[in-house]
Amino acid sequence: MPAENLVEISDLSFAYNKRPILKGINMKIPRGKIVAIMGLSGCGKTTTLRLIGGALKSRSATGSVKVAGQEVRDLDQEGLYRMRRKMGMLFQFGALFTDLSVYENVAFQMREHTDLPESMIRDLVLMKLHAVGLRGAQNLMPSELSGGMARRVALARAISLDPMLMMYDEPFAGLDPISLSVIGNLIRHLNDALGATSIVVTHDIQESLKIVDYIYFMAEGVVVAEGTADEIKASSLPFVHQFVWGEIDGPVSFHYPSPPYRKDLLLETAHAA
Amino acid sequence: MPHRKVGFGLRSIGHTVVNGVWRLGYASRFFLLTLVSSGASFRRIHLTIREIYFSGVMSLIIILVSGLFVGMVLGLQGYETLQKYGSESALGSLVALSLVRELGPVLAALLFASRAGSAITAEIGLMKATEQISAMEMMAVDPISRVVAPRFWGGVISMPLLAAMFSAIGVFGGYLVGVVFIGVDEGSFWSQMQAAVDFRQDIVNGVIKSVTFGIAVTAIALFEGYDAPPTAEGVSHATTRTVVTSALVVLGLDFILTAFMFRGV
Repeated sequence: MPAENLVEISDLSFAYNKRPILKGINMKIPRGKIVAIMGLSGCGKTTTLRLIGGALKSRSATGSVKVAGQEVRDLDQEGLYRMRRKMGMLFQFGALFTDLSVYENVAFQMREHTDLPESMIRDLVLMKLHAVGLRGAQNLMPSELSGGMARRVALARAISLDPMLMMYDEPFAGLDPISLSVIGNLIRHLNDALGATSIVVTHDIQESLKIVDYIYFMAEGVVVAEGTADEIKASSLPFVHQFVWGEIDGPVSFHYPSPPYRKDLLLETAHAA
Repeated sequence: MPHRKVGFGLRSIGHTVVNGVWRLGYASRFFLLTLVSSGASFRRIHLTIREIYFSGVMSLIIILVSGLFVGMVLGLQGYETLQKYGSESALGSLVALSLVRELGPVLAALLFASRAGSAITAEIGLMKATEQISAMEMMAVDPISRVVAPRFWGGVISMPLLAAMFSAIGVFGGYLVGVVFIGVDEGSFWSQMQAAVDFRQDIVNGVIKSVTFGIAVTAIALFEGYDAPPTAEGVSHATTRTVVTSALVVLGLDFILTAFMFRGV
């Protein structure tokens, strides 16, 4: 891995109401690369992403999260907003503003953060929409879009100010196979075209292995494995193997912890009687 | 066993009181933050005008129809009582004073809470549930300044205008029933009204009431929406709380304001 990292996480621990979510994780996200954070639901992936974006400011967080050399927790509101202007985030279901058209959604950040003339905003919005293949949908409202289209519009909105860091929270969730490939290709293509760095939080193993440069595997708040797509595919770690190949039984059991089946069905009591 | 029940009861009361105080403090902080972040609402006035349209213009139908019927009922009931004392010519002043001092601001505020307040809570609650508020924060845009403050000022500006329209159409309703249908003398209806209604004592106090109710109802609606748990159930409960709390606060404030404003002088 190259020496210059855009994001550096060291010994990061975090708890919600004394319930530990992250337990001393370490990650390095090099500039220009796409890094995936994978793991089961509830393993702390999204929490990690939110800590990088400064969306969670809690005293229960210990350790360090640095973005472009700046310690995120030391930033005041103004500093945090200044940092976020260089970030883009794609939310799980797009989070488009439902009272604004597709065009206005993409123009939103430009209007809020720049004094560009309307003609330039129009050109930029159309360029961003063209990049995600939805220039023709500029006048539609979010309620008129399919799930895949909404995700693409949200992507156009997230890249509207050419961010240095893109964060994707479950970008593949709930998409049909075609939309899934389209979003996957866009993540790769836009990252390379913008010279950005991307963090993809996902549990869609097949799609993400095709596009990412490096993977961190998380389980129960710790990083259990890391490596390139090929290294992860070849991993002999039982958890990673079960996750990658979608096996039903393994370290993650099919059954939620429960008392013995016979006892629950009262069979033992009936026999005793 | 009884000791345990008493202990449990005391703990439960304590928990409710602490929660209530904490929530009140949180709401006050939210209100102050809204005031501090109001600059953009006036610098980018189109944001506030849009909210005046949604809160005010969209509430016009319910306000005008209700005002007309309230005025007509006042005309009927007022005539019924006044004619017993041979004072039916005072119908104009009865209708106007009832509307301008009390019914206009109070009923308009209750209708505003049901129509616009509930809509504000549901909209902000759903924006939160669908991560639109989080998305805004991640785009370095302050949601209090961009979403909350314009809605607050939209509501505060709309409310006195709606109350004034409620009173005006109510007076017309009273005229329709009293003068046109029943036959009270038109000249005495208007002249008695003109003589009885004082600009400072009645009109200005009515406007002060409606501005106060506008601040209260809009602030409650915004806080409930912003504080709503991001679930369907959470938004539904928040919307209900907006209407119930607003109604109680409006009636309570009305008593306090009336006690200070109208003391028989």
